[in-house]
Amino acid sequence: MRRAFELLAPWLLLAALLGLWEAACRGLAIPPYLLPPPSAVGAAIASGWPSLIVSTWNTLKMALLALAVASVLAQALALAISLSPTAERAVRPLAVILQVTPVIAIAPLVIIWAGADNPARAIVVLAAIVAFFPIFSGAVTGLKAADPDLSRLFRLYGATRLQTLARLRLPSAIPYLLEGHKVAAGLSVIGAVVAEFVAGSGAAQGLAWRILEAGNRLQTARMFAALVVLGLMAALLHVAIDRAEKAALAWWRGR
Amino acid sequence: MSVAALRQVEVDYPRGRALGPFDLAIGDGELVALVGPSGCGKSTALRLLAGLEAPTRGEASRLQGRGETSVVFQAATLAPWMSAAANVALPLELAGVARAEARRRAAGALARVGLAGAEQARPAQLSGGMAMRVSLARALVTAPRLLLLDEPFAALDEITRRALADDVLALWHETKPAIVFVTHNVEEAVYMASRVVVMSKGPGVTVHEEAVAGALPRPAGFRTTPGFRKSVETVSAALARGMGAPA
Repeated sequence: MRRAFELLAPWLLLAALLGLWEAACRGLAIPPYLLPPPSAVGAAIASGWPSLIVSTWNTLKMALLALAVASVLAQALALAISLSPTAERAVRPLAVILQVTPVIAIAPLVIIWAGADNPARAIVVLAAIVAFFPIFSGAVTGLKAADPDLSRLFRLYGATRLQTLARLRLPSAIPYLLEGHKVAAGLSVIGAVVAEFVAGSGAAQGLAWRILEAGNRLQTARMFAALVVLGLMAALLHVAIDRAEKAALAWWRGR
Repeated sequence: MSVAALRQVEVDYPRGRALGPFDLAIGDGELVALVGPSGCGKSTALRLLAGLEAPTRGEASRLQGRGETSVVFQAATLAPWMSAAANVALPLELAGVARAEARRRAAGALARVGLAGAEQARPAQLSGGMAMRVSLARALVTAPRLLLLDEPFAALDEITRRALADDVLALWHETKPAIVFVTHNVEEAVYMASRVVVMSKGPGVTVHEEAVAGALPRPAGFRTTPGFRKSVETVSAALARGMGAPA
């Protein structure tokens, strides 16, 4: 009984909050353009479902594409600079500056370079910039994280640099790479949404565009509908990546 | 004939001197224990013998051949993403031995340390003692002439520790590699070595060398013989002197 209550607790809280919200909207006669009741949001989701699904897919596609681009570039660069301490010292400050510069501030430049008629390209680039750093930092740290005694053994056994990289440093970096990708996946969704706000969308409209469009028309319930779907999508992506990370880590650790 | 030697070596670290001046020559097939207080430079001396570190001053000579020197550290130091057999085969594979041959010899080395059948186990599935045996098998797989053990049993319980000490002596008896092992357990040093080198607190110098009489591997009940007790007492007294305790 108690266990069932524990399991139901989050849902009960959600239901209570929604009920309170619904009651407040009706009781206080709040205008729906300011705060629509949950029932109106539900109706907006139900009626806008076909376009919401398409937009969700577009946003997810951009985020995953950005994640893939960031993953390849970040790992390649981390690998390149890990081969030489001088290269790492040279790249670090630049990487930090690029990282702390707000991506929104870079957006207008990227939009020019991507071409005004190519907002999708700009969105992927911007989201990839945001997703780049957790993977890059994780890879740089991970490639240095090998057990020092194991490194000594590799030296003792006369391992070449390539052997040490392939058989010691890369496998040792795996937990750090997994963690980096998990963080980056969350950031790539944020990046894709923010970038769409700034860059707009071409033929493929994402959830950010749905929110802006509904906002411009003061259709607040539809804004909430897009937000709810966006939250669900991000949560599902998070769960999927988290599961994948745990499974990969379990395999890596051998248990 | 000596398999490794340190002559008047000194090692300086940024925070000060860690070792020396220190002399040590290891004869072929000899069993030598290094005892000394924490921070006396025992592990540094071992790394010099392995060639993993160079002395600041003095001369360190060692076997140059690949796989002729092996090291076992205090922790098992196994790669968690590899099976026991893959960990043991690693030194061979790094030296270019074909994978199948390396795995076959690894299985043989695992059998020698009593772990036949555990080839596919991952380190996380092994107990501390078993992981240490895998580490030992990895050190033996190249048939080294010098085996360096850096407090290999420090993290184990007393029973496992004693069993492993006897196993190491039995393995030594099979192929007679020279063994140098670092410990701060005096009884373990006297039990396992024919020569115990006692070092002072850091920077370590030799305070005393004790030749331990008796057959190797040790016969049952060796720990209760007068010879054993006497050596333990002499080494303990030297250790106390080396730590600066009043005589």
